[in-house]
Amino acid sequence: MWGWFHKWSSPRWFYQLSGRLLPWLAVLTALTLVAGVAWGLLFVPPDYKQGNSFRIIYIHVPAAAVAMAGYMVMAVAGAISLIWRIKLADMVMKCCAPIGAALTFLALVTGAIWGKPTWGTWWVWDARITSVLVLFFLYVGVLALYEAFDNKEAAGRACAILALVGAVNIPVIYWSVEWWYSLHQPASISFTGESSIHPSMLRPLILTIIGFYSFFAVSLLLFVRNEILNRERNTRWVRELILADSKV
Amino acid sequence: MNPLTLTGLCRALLRRELTVMLRSRAELANPLFFFLMVCALFPLGLGPSPQLLATMAPGILWIVALLSVLMASDSLFRSDFEDGTLEQVLLSPVSLYLIVLIKTLGHWLLTGLPLTLLAPLLALMLQMPSSGLVVLVLSLAAGSLVLSFIAAIGAALTVGLKRGGVLLSLLVLPLFVPVLIFGSAAVQRAVQGMDSVSPLALLAAMALLSLALAPLAIAGALRVSLDQ
Repeated sequence: MWGWFHKWSSPRWFYQLSGRLLPWLAVLTALTLVAGVAWGLLFVPPDYKQGNSFRIIYIHVPAAAVAMAGYMVMAVAGAISLIWRIKLADMVMKCCAPIGAALTFLALVTGAIWGKPTWGTWWVWDARITSVLVLFFLYVGVLALYEAFDNKEAAGRACAILALVGAVNIPVIYWSVEWWYSLHQPASISFTGESSIHPSMLRPLILTIIGFYSFFAVSLLLFVRNEILNRERNTRWVRELILADSKV
Repeated sequence: MNPLTLTGLCRALLRRELTVMLRSRAELANPLFFFLMVCALFPLGLGPSPQLLATMAPGILWIVALLSVLMASDSLFRSDFEDGTLEQVLLSPVSLYLIVLIKTLGHWLLTGLPLTLLAPLLALMLQMPSSGLVVLVLSLAAGSLVLSFIAAIGAALTVGLKRGGVLLSLLVLPLFVPVLIFGSAAVQRAVQGMDSVSPLALLAAMALLSLALAPLAIAGALRVSLDQ
């Protein structure tokens, strides 16, 4: 088991393996996203209350779900890099931050666009929205801290600590904000109605959620591969790789 | 006194921390004046209407107290880092966990606690109903302890950086959110005549949790900051 672990954590091995995985994942991403979005936008019947505006759900919900999951990936990778000092985990953690921040931003923007026709306002200090906004701030904090260090190894470890502290905070944020609103006013919009979504609307949603997860995987692999080449640029295998590339 | 017994060690660490802080009186007074001044800005900016101020007072007091803790925490490790004390501390055989725990507690005793004690006075100036005063003090006492420990994590992460100030607030403010929510909720409930035991209990739980867990993160962050 440990042999497998060490093999996986070698940047060179990971680079070769991810190179073989990438085309498959990219095809999966393209298929699920194109099929899911086309199905959702063109063939699903309009909602009886929201009309066609609900169709943004096929971007909004997957983006929000993957943004949350991305933070957990970042925190777990950070923990692994702190405990076992594995370089690869450090790179994965670092590369999760920009992708996660972008997805969180996408979820916020699509949420605002969706909110305008349905709720009549761009922004509500609702529990979900506030917790996603805080998630965005946590991502921004990690990005800012990484940039602030000159020594990138120290930057990685500092960010790992911050990501872990933030991960402890995520459920607290979620529940406390729920609780906060139950004190003051009844929730104006209930997200819990989501489970009662009609199967004809749910199936394309599942497709796009799979698509967004695999999009996250593809972009994470691309970011990490780039990072590997950058950090290992003085090793022999990277030089050989680049020389072989430039001959072709 | 054998310095290597646990209580003796804690006492010595705490005495050292308090002595160092008490010798720079201006540093001690600054967060309190900041608290006072920013609270005084609200009536100027919002207008002096007593009803408006009374409804906003719990939130204002909590937000400004939070910012004062943040301001004060920037200097928590700075001077020890600059004069090399922190490196000696890291080399000592005593667990870093214990040292940062005592150090942050000492810092809280001279920043968070005075803020808590000053808060009722400012609450009266902001026309907050007196029914909320006891809960305000209790919530700030527990809450400022949590805030101090969270801010200490940020301070430890940024102590080695040239311009840590703004970055510190970027890192720490999102982590402050739950404390602010429960703290101001407790005071608001008390003002409205409702029972505020449950938010207070949650704040107390957070305080205990941060006492136990935050020193781990602070110690780890200090090691990173000194390694680079």
